[in-house]
Amino acid sequence: MSLEYYLILSALLFTIGVIGVLVRRNAIIIFMCIELMLNAANLAFVAISRNLGTAEGQLFVFFVMAVAAAEVAIGLAIIVSVFKHRETINVDEVNSLKG
Amino acid sequence: MNAEMILFFIFGAVSLIGAISVISFRHPIYSALSLIVTFFSQAGLFVLLGAHFVAAVQVIVYAGAIMVLFLFVIMLLNLGTLSAKGVLTGKLKGIAIVLAILFAAEGIYIAVNALKGDTAVASAQAATEPITTEYIGELLFSKYLLPFEVTSLILLAALIGVIVLVKRENTTEN
Repeated sequence: MSLEYYLILSALLFTIGVIGVLVRRNAIIIFMCIELMLNAANLAFVAISRNLGTAEGQLFVFFVMAVAAAEVAIGLAIIVSVFKHRETINVDEVNSLKG
Repeated sequence: MNAEMILFFIFGAVSLIGAISVISFRHPIYSALSLIVTFFSQAGLFVLLGAHFVAAVQVIVYAGAIMVLFLFVIMLLNLGTLSAKGVLTGKLKGIAIVLAILFAAEGIYIAVNALKGDTAVASAQAATEPITTEYIGELLFSKYLLPFEVTSLILLAALIGVIVLVKRENTTEN
């Protein structure tokens, strides 16, 4: 099983995430698509780690997951407070920094 | 076609279908559930790659903690009625999809061509035994101790940030 297959799958998953961020206007779905992109990067990390025979790639995945967990917690808190102010989480309508 | 290849195509297809469902379902709950499917099949791919620790963490942290948080917020905000106008339309959508397809072509081109001629990468495969969780733990607490501690700082900062965000909301309302 060669590395290319995993990297192609990773590229496809990342692109689907990019399409989601570009096309969807719901802030929560944009967040999910960011998670999808982080996961695609994780897949590439693990595939290359296996290919090189080193553990560093898997460690980076661990750190990426920790950062993703922190990012999701803060992002969702921001979404909740934006929703309380504006009654919407459509990113086209939430276009001003002033509450 | 050996067993690993068959499993790779099954897990890969399921994760791609899940990912496409994430961006095409209108209701955020369905998107979140599709994302869980994608995460689980990616955990399967990690097992195929011999990364058992990463697969376990994927299921526990992503499919467990992060997705519960997502579902909780979706249900808290009751977004089902608001998401009708949630998709970009017309010319902008076409431009976005064309750009994304170009991006995908670029990524696949790099994946296929970047490693060609790099014999070190190709020959290193199968030279070592599988990476165990024990070895990862040893690395994490010796060579990569500082990044590990910085990670705990990031989590602490996130904790405090979330509390501040939510608390300020309460004081302004009262």
